[in-house]
Amino acid sequence: MSIPAELRYTTEHEWVSVEGTLASVGITEYAAQQLGDVVYVSLPSVGTAVTAGEPCGEVESVKSVSDLYSPVDGEVTEVNTELEDDPSLVNAEPYTAGWMFRVRVAQDGNGDAALPPDMLSAAEYEELTKSAG
Amino acid sequence: MTSFAGWQMPLRYGSETAEHQAVRHAAGLFDLSHMGEIMVSGPGAGQALDYALTGFLSGLRPGRARYTMICAADGGVLDDLVVYRQGEQEFLVIANAANTAVVFGELLSRAAGFDAAVTDATDDYALIAIQGPAAASILAPLTELDLDAMKYYAGAFGDVAGVPAWVARTGYTGEDGFELYCRPADAMRLWEALAAAGGPAGLVPAGLAARDTLRLEAGMPLYGNELGPDMTPFEAGLGRVVKFDKPGDFVGRPALLARSLASPDRELVGLTLQSRRVARHGYPVFADGIPAGTVTSGAPSPTLGQPIAMAYLTSDADARDAVLTVGIRGEVVPAQLTDLPFYSRSR
Repeated sequence: MSIPAELRYTTEHEWVSVEGTLASVGITEYAAQQLGDVVYVSLPSVGTAVTAGEPCGEVESVKSVSDLYSPVDGEVTEVNTELEDDPSLVNAEPYTAGWMFRVRVAQDGNGDAALPPDMLSAAEYEELTKSAG
Repeated sequence: MTSFAGWQMPLRYGSETAEHQAVRHAAGLFDLSHMGEIMVSGPGAGQALDYALTGFLSGLRPGRARYTMICAADGGVLDDLVVYRQGEQEFLVIANAANTAVVFGELLSRAAGFDAAVTDATDDYALIAIQGPAAASILAPLTELDLDAMKYYAGAFGDVAGVPAWVARTGYTGEDGFELYCRPADAMRLWEALAAAGGPAGLVPAGLAARDTLRLEAGMPLYGNELGPDMTPFEAGLGRVVKFDKPGDFVGRPALLARSLASPDRELVGLTLQSRRVARHGYPVFADGIPAGTVTSGAPSPTLGQPIAMAYLTSDADARDAVLTVGIRGEVVPAQLTDLPFYSRSR
């Protein structure tokens, strides 16, 4: 199972990729495998303010529906409209074509994106998935 | 993998949608060894089952199967069952895994006055199902049984790939197919032989998730969803399994007779949704905005390409003339009443 080293992760099985103050968000391959075939993704609207740890959408699979949590604070600038036509991209390419939304986050003192302090590295996230079985 | 009634079960092997489609168009291989097998045997076995179950089992010919139910004295459904008459005096009763202990206990006490022995044989059997339009052609070269002569809901003893098995033309997918009951020690060999023989025809292993969407499309009830102790077979539209005209008394007869004569207080219906969101177990159904019932099972239908659901509606809802909606986590989604089953195979 793939857990790209360059991404940051949450305990809710989201990944975050940061460029400047723009954070791209999706769910991990582990999450996608646990959910099974994704049939519908409900995403926040562009312009919505999202809060780290709060639900901002839903991921519906054949067997279940799960809340989608925002991993960061900020404003949604873009959503992956491809998922409307092909939600299976979440299963097929969770870290690339299956991305879900982008958030403009605040800057920290160094001008970098201000991310919540409790985000996980790839190694830490791998530990989490292993202990979850 | 998932925990299911005390068993570790494969929820899916890969994509459950692909597994579902394989069963509809080629074949799928299921490990159903969790199902309960209870042997009822002896000169009075048929009469014991006539008394214990709703069906007329002593009237079943050897080599045939029957879908039936076991009810409590108040008519409530304790389980839905498939019964195979394997011989003149041998009946194999197949129970849902979660209900096996209850069914075994009830059969034991209900058979007490008959010349019949009741044995929980669950640990003596593995169950492998091969389901789909290609199932017969995959299975035929592996066995000397004449599958062409084997009707739907019939079964026979025979070797499959050298493994002795009870081979029955039954299933829970809405497709043609077979269920193979064998010794647990032989199960791996049988599975591998079927997988190897079926691979070129498109057979794939299929898990519980696909099994659930397949049975839902086929309009088949699932115990715990559409069936339970708080309802009789009549609410589920399955009153036909209750054979009032069979000889002798049976457990639940007075309550079931009263229920059969009264108009049911609820009705099991099919719903389709023009929506991306899925109506799931427990979601409320409204008729003209008024609460009218509850979804019992729901899933995105791979065959129809839209969400489908079964739901119980109260009889006074007059659903046929009302605008139906389902409450999906705060959103009101229109639903269309649809005849069950959602899918039937072309024969």
